[in-house]
Amino acid sequence: MTKRYFSSIALAFGLLVGSTSVLAAEGPELPKAGNNISDQASLQRGAKLFFNYCVGCHSIKFMRYSRIGEDLGLTEQEVMQNLNFTGVNYGQTIESHMPPEDAAKWFGKAPPDLSLEVRAKTADWVNAYLNSFYLDPSRPVGWNNTVFPNASMPNPLWELQGIQTAVRKDGSEEVEKLELSKPGTMTPEQYQQATRDLTNFLEYVSEPAALQRKHYGIWVLLFLAGFTLLAYMLKKEYWKDVH
Amino acid sequence: MANEVVDHGRRRFLTATTAVVGGAGVVVAAVPFIKTWEPSARAKAAGAPVTVDISKIELGQKVTFPWRSLPVFVVNRTPAQLAALPKVDSRLVDPKSDGTSAAQQPKYAQNETRSIKPEWLVVIGICTHLGCVPDFFPEIKPEPFDPNWEGGFYCPCHKSRYDMAGRVFSGVPAPKNLQVPPYHFVNDTTIQIGVDPKEAG
Amino acid sequence: MANVFTRIGDWVNERAPNMMPAYRKHMTEYYAPKNFNLWYYFGSLAILVLVNQIVTGIFLTMNYKTSAAEAFASVEYIMRDVEWGWLIRYMHSTGASLFFVVVFLHMFRGLMYGSFKKPRELVWILGMLIFLALMAEAFMGYVLPWGNMSFWGAKVIISLFGTIPYIGDSLVQWIMGDYIPADATLNRFFALHVIALPLVLLLLVVLHIAALHEVGSNNPDGVEIKKGPKGNRWDALKPADGIPFHPYYTVKDLFGAGFFLMIAAFIIFFAPTFGGWFLEHDNFIPANNLVTPSHIKPVWYFTPFYAILRMIPSFFGTAVWGVLGMFGAIALLFALPWIDVGQVKSIRYRGTGFKVALGLFVLSFIMLGAVGAGVTAEVIPAWFGDVDVTFWENLFGRAMTLLYFGFFVFLGFYTRLGWEKTKPVPERVTMHD
Repeated sequence: MTKRYFSSIALAFGLLVGSTSVLAAEGPELPKAGNNISDQASLQRGAKLFFNYCVGCHSIKFMRYSRIGEDLGLTEQEVMQNLNFTGVNYGQTIESHMPPEDAAKWFGKAPPDLSLEVRAKTADWVNAYLNSFYLDPSRPVGWNNTVFPNASMPNPLWELQGIQTAVRKDGSEEVEKLELSKPGTMTPEQYQQATRDLTNFLEYVSEPAALQRKHYGIWVLLFLAGFTLLAYMLKKEYWKDVH
Repeated sequence: MANEVVDHGRRRFLTATTAVVGGAGVVVAAVPFIKTWEPSARAKAAGAPVTVDISKIELGQKVTFPWRSLPVFVVNRTPAQLAALPKVDSRLVDPKSDGTSAAQQPKYAQNETRSIKPEWLVVIGICTHLGCVPDFFPEIKPEPFDPNWEGGFYCPCHKSRYDMAGRVFSGVPAPKNLQVPPYHFVNDTTIQIGVDPKEAG
Repeated sequence: MANVFTRIGDWVNERAPNMMPAYRKHMTEYYAPKNFNLWYYFGSLAILVLVNQIVTGIFLTMNYKTSAAEAFASVEYIMRDVEWGWLIRYMHSTGASLFFVVVFLHMFRGLMYGSFKKPRELVWILGMLIFLALMAEAFMGYVLPWGNMSFWGAKVIISLFGTIPYIGDSLVQWIMGDYIPADATLNRFFALHVIALPLVLLLLVVLHIAALHEVGSNNPDGVEIKKGPKGNRWDALKPADGIPFHPYYTVKDLFGAGFFLMIAAFIIFFAPTFGGWFLEHDNFIPANNLVTPSHIKPVWYFTPFYAILRMIPSFFGTAVWGVLGMFGAIALLFALPWIDVGQVKSIRYRGTGFKVALGLFVLSFIMLGAVGAGVTAEVIPAWFGDVDVTFWENLFGRAMTLLYFGFFVFLGFYTRLGWEKTKPVPERVTMHD
């Protein structure tokens, strides 16, 4: 009896976990980003890209330079020389270089803070977005994006990726696929790795604690397993009285 | 069935083991909760070392710089004030700072003048009695609170007195000398408060 | 050493002579049926979660800022800058969801084994009041991080009161203290969430347990052990089928707690957002009164009731019917002891009609949850292709709403008109293993 109950509970739990992917997969299926926040080298490359191409407009205001140094295995000196171009203190949070008023004037609205971008949109979305810019003369900045149509941001990485243009379905406005019409300084494979690194960094920025919590989680589970076993033996022992 | 004998030893052993393991778990689980009271990353960033320019501090003048929200007094002592220091030794609790006040300064400031360079006094301006900020009385002249005053600090809260090296007088409420923070000279006119000379390399 | 403890005990006994008897009454001399199964873990687990929510909640308030301008950033401050703040926050957010998991299962147990029936109606009513207080507590807690889902969730739920004729609009403004959910709303919700409702919850929990211990626990056989033979190995005058709560059920619940904590720890450390179900993607975007999230829905434990609200259309120019339906869905649970008048308590000995009805009721509840969470809106086009999603979703959701209410209507007739063919209930409890 008890065994059956436990297996049905386990099954129900499994179904629940399985169903969690339903909510994440909103809209059209996005390709998997395939990033891994335990890959420190990838995080470091992603940080480099972020501070070279993104921080000009986008802040990550909940993140501190010092935290990035600690978590990514960089010394204070490395962070201050290679990442911190604003000259604020090591312990400060990361603001963009652009005054928000100017940003609102240039892009219609201030570029959003990216501290929680991956948690809000998922890594797959961010990665796909970075790969889906194409030239569109009808847009004010000349760029459009298939993942986020009518985005107000031009492709910040166009020098690396090159320029994509849209191949439209016959007689319709619908974009069928994107074509690389002018190559960039990176090969398509290199560019995909670069966006994966950048997505990886942004996922880390979304939840720095993710680097630690899995590590602690294993020990907590092991302890609880031991405790539960002991409690089970204790229960068995006492319940010998009950017939 | 009914005449089964209860194994009290095993029962006691399992109860004790479960209680100890469970108790240990509760204690370990309490650690993160206790640690949330530690200074946060924001507080630590606000308490980061500060670099200050001391070139504008004139002879005999005191300037206060905030470090970790504490007032740090930087005093440019005159030769007369330095010469007066040994005169009050006999009236102090711990003139050599090696007794009760041994932990009130880093090793490199545990000397006659309680400083790295004799003329530059760097102390945290918090009375060691109950945490008030002492006033600065640099003049070597009789004061209402001390007819033989050789210059120093006087706490308005409970009348504790310190000399020009932040050493506490005996017979006042404050028990220890003023604390010297870690600091070092970046160059002749700049000091960094919060970092020891050897850490700075 | 033991001598010291004895003397302290004597000292206390002399001054508070009723404390030891109270402990005995509720622990060592509370005789619970010996045949509790898995379903009987969830009561003690609910207490465990309640304690977790209180302790982690207290620590969260130490760094949370109650203001519309600072709330969102202060939660991220807890997640990043406060040492171990992330753990405390995840324990609280996971605890909130698991609270409902545990309480739903606890309530289902009551339905299954007829624990709401005479003489335990008061226990059931107090439990339902706990459920109501818990929903209010959870809703207000959900608003506090002031993410975009917090904001719009608050707006939609508070707007429900706007459907009340005549006073609706002014009532909504009164609740919010503004024209949209704003700083004033956040502050009063904080006060209610951290002190007012927890006090109510604690009082209700004490009353719930006190009322239970007056009548004694039900069991999977639905047999009243107090009416059975007397005399067991501990006490000649107590029910033969009862065993002392302490140590037998304390050690059993300890094991249950260990098992439950493993599940909780797995979520906290490996899947704290639970794929967007426990912490939603859109709530990582700060509150924005100009942009509604594209999928506006309440957090999962409210979705069945929210679906009932959505599925009932407005009539005669008012949307009050959906609101009535939603509250009615809860009110009917309150009235269950007087709707289901069948004499047999446990599902083990009840008629097939009850078993089928209960199964369909659970199904309708889960399916309404799926409708409310927007799962059907995705599944329908994925499985059936190019169809009118709204039409089919409404049809399905309304069918499930009818099934939900149908359960109560059916039970009323089923148990009153003698349709139920029950099996004989045994004299004594049965032990499976």
